[in-house]
Amino acid sequence: MESNQYLDIFIDESKENLQVVNDELLNLEKDSTNLAIVDEIFRAAHTLKGMAATMGYEDLSDLTHKMENVLDAIRQEQIAVTTEVMDVLLDSVEYLEHMITDIAEGGTGAKEVDTIVTKLKAIESGETVQDPASETTVTHSVSNALSIDQFERTVLQQAKSDGQFIYQIKVALSEDCLLKVARVYMIFEVLEQSGEVIKSVPTVDALENEEFDQHFDLILVSSESSEDLKAKILKVSEVSQVDVDPFDFESSSPKADVKEEISATVEHSTSSSQQTEESDEPKKAAGNKTIRVNIERLDALMNLFEEMVIDRGRLEQISEELDHSDLKGTVERISRISGDLQNTILTMRMVPIDQVFNRFPRMVRQLTRDLGKKIDMQIEGAETELDRTVIDEIGDPLVHLIRNAVDHGVETPEERQQAGKDGQGQLLLKAFHSGNHVFVQIKDDGKGINQEKVLAKAIENGVITDEQSSTLTGKQINELILESGFSTAQEVSDISGRGVGLDVVKSTIESLGGSIEIESELGQGTTFTIQLPLTLSIISVMLVVIENETYAIPLSSIIETAVIKKSEIMKAHNKEVIDFRGNIVPLVDLKEVFEVPSEKQTGDEFYSVVVVRKGDQMAGLVVDSFIGQQEIVLKGLGNYLSNIFAISGATILGNGEVALIVDSNALIK
Amino acid sequence: MSEVIQNEKVIVFQLKDEEYGVPIEHVGSIERMQGITRVPRAPRFVKGVMNLRGVITPIIDLRERFNLEQEEYTESTRIIIVTIGDQSVGMIVDAANDVVDVPQNQIEPSPEVVGSVSADYIKGVAKIGQRLLVLLNLDKVLSEEEFDHLSKVKS
Repeated sequence: MESNQYLDIFIDESKENLQVVNDELLNLEKDSTNLAIVDEIFRAAHTLKGMAATMGYEDLSDLTHKMENVLDAIRQEQIAVTTEVMDVLLDSVEYLEHMITDIAEGGTGAKEVDTIVTKLKAIESGETVQDPASETTVTHSVSNALSIDQFERTVLQQAKSDGQFIYQIKVALSEDCLLKVARVYMIFEVLEQSGEVIKSVPTVDALENEEFDQHFDLILVSSESSEDLKAKILKVSEVSQVDVDPFDFESSSPKADVKEEISATVEHSTSSSQQTEESDEPKKAAGNKTIRVNIERLDALMNLFEEMVIDRGRLEQISEELDHSDLKGTVERISRISGDLQNTILTMRMVPIDQVFNRFPRMVRQLTRDLGKKIDMQIEGAETELDRTVIDEIGDPLVHLIRNAVDHGVETPEERQQAGKDGQGQLLLKAFHSGNHVFVQIKDDGKGINQEKVLAKAIENGVITDEQSSTLTGKQINELILESGFSTAQEVSDISGRGVGLDVVKSTIESLGGSIEIESELGQGTTFTIQLPLTLSIISVMLVVIENETYAIPLSSIIETAVIKKSEIMKAHNKEVIDFRGNIVPLVDLKEVFEVPSEKQTGDEFYSVVVVRKGDQMAGLVVDSFIGQQEIVLKGLGNYLSNIFAISGATILGNGEVALIVDSNALIK
Repeated sequence: MSEVIQNEKVIVFQLKDEEYGVPIEHVGSIERMQGITRVPRAPRFVKGVMNLRGVITPIIDLRERFNLEQEEYTESTRIIIVTIGDQSVGMIVDAANDVVDVPQNQIEPSPEVVGSVSADYIKGVAKIGQRLLVLLNLDKVLSEEEFDHLSKVKS
């Protein structure tokens, strides 16, 4: 199919437009009198409709069209923005989202939209019955070529008050015109000598790309008479017809006969030109030039660079061995440049976390309504950037935590008032950078974690024993809710606590190389803090040797390395432990864990220990010796060996050998 | 109309004193022995992983897989890289020496017992002149479940 090449663009832009609709709808709900917001929604919805129609997705364009009708009625102040109206509109957005997802997955985008369409119609007609005539004309003028936005309206008003005339000019080129662009250019040149072109349909860009049939429309501000203008335009060759009429923008219902025809013929170019305008706007505002790059190309670039990192390691090793000063200098330079290159490539793959965050306001809104709660959700740091690989994975855990906060954290308005708090709860979703990590916080001002209940439940469910419970710190008790086999919800509700607990969240985050912490104060609220690595593909590790084997331990989990005398090792519970800065740290002999074939019996006086941590817990990994720190490219072991204990992946060292990466999280219980 | 005889091209390799065949479309390359990094706690027949031109590739030892006695690797030991679905795996064999066309009608279903190899791995046996080729079912050769099942039966 010819349109296949546009499908990706269509899907991308549709998602963007839908997101705009979604965000602005939520804004509208907060600020229901601000009609500028409605305009914004309208524009996005209209672009979406146009594109969907062009691509032949009828259900999609139909539903959007019905939404537009309702929005238009709101704009005309025929319908008040009530919660019911918002519900239906947001439901429609959800439907649209499903359709686009379906299209993205290769489907037809067809969906049963009757129920929602009926609801939309009900809203539309329920409130607009008094004035059905104006309703229809308005709808037409929307898809109409010469609708003007507020900005243009102001310009026109200004011009009019300056005593200028405003004309609506319809130009038709002759059928056999070959150089349409040239004619357009000439016409514009003529007009710009006589006045100012305020708007053209299709847009100037579209006209210059010859994206129109034979006709185009203009709005011109000029002090000359319409006859003069007409004569001037007709001087340009190959112009078959020119109509110059005064343009009455106040009523915004121009002559319908001309318009109908145009809206039918230029529908395609209108929408495409609008979409270029739209996507250009925010970029211009930011003062940046950007291009869309297929993510696969970036992945390919990253893979190539990873190869280079491996060879860089190799070069470094060779130059060490050869000990040639020029070579060393050059290699050092290469290392530095490739370090910069690495940063650049990594930032290219970064996407704002907003991509994940943007779906939450609607979710929270729906949840609060279902649960009869009042919650004001704030989002901070949505522009914080994270590697795409991390972004792809972080969505589900966040959904889980937010649901959890809304369901179990924030109380009902009555409970809150009894506790002397504002009836409306606060939920803060915040992202920020710190060092090589990104932090995401979910903070509510709800009832907090009831530690007594948690303990009782944990003991009841066999997560911990009675004896253990007395030694736990407050923080450790809080973190019990992340353990598997734990759920504090008294009754299983629809929102969260459907058997899958927060332990899934914890394991997902840990599999990303991150960690999660909970702070909570009873009656004051709970804060979940998730720490995530900036990227997953290139990491810093400590290389260690065990017998003849080399292993890599991620620096992110290492606290420090130590050499310990054998006499300093103590025994507790028949396990070897050391006293590390006042903490009792158990030792884990990697030689045993990894079943390393050992030839000689070790009679060493000293142990080399890497102290690693997972949350608050620590462990000392016993190795034979340390090699040093290195940047490595993380590679998987492949599908065939997916579940190897305590190994999270592998990497290729400078000498071409493979070293396994130790998953220290798996070694700490 | 005479029946068209379909030929299947197979790579022939040696294991102990028998010849085996794997379909050529599954074979990515044939490598000499090189450094293999042991993977702790992997299934017994998995020798480890190696760096195959920048790609980490798991290597299995077919002798070990088929419960044949172990021997030192020699100059003629080869690693055949096979791809099944999205998995790429290297198989250590005694030698890889030939590519032959096997006419479909020469393939017979696997006999009940062939040497010490469980009949599950065998797609069929082909007779080409005086040579007897055991054609492998690669899916079964690679699958770990099968191995678990076997070890359970043994114990």
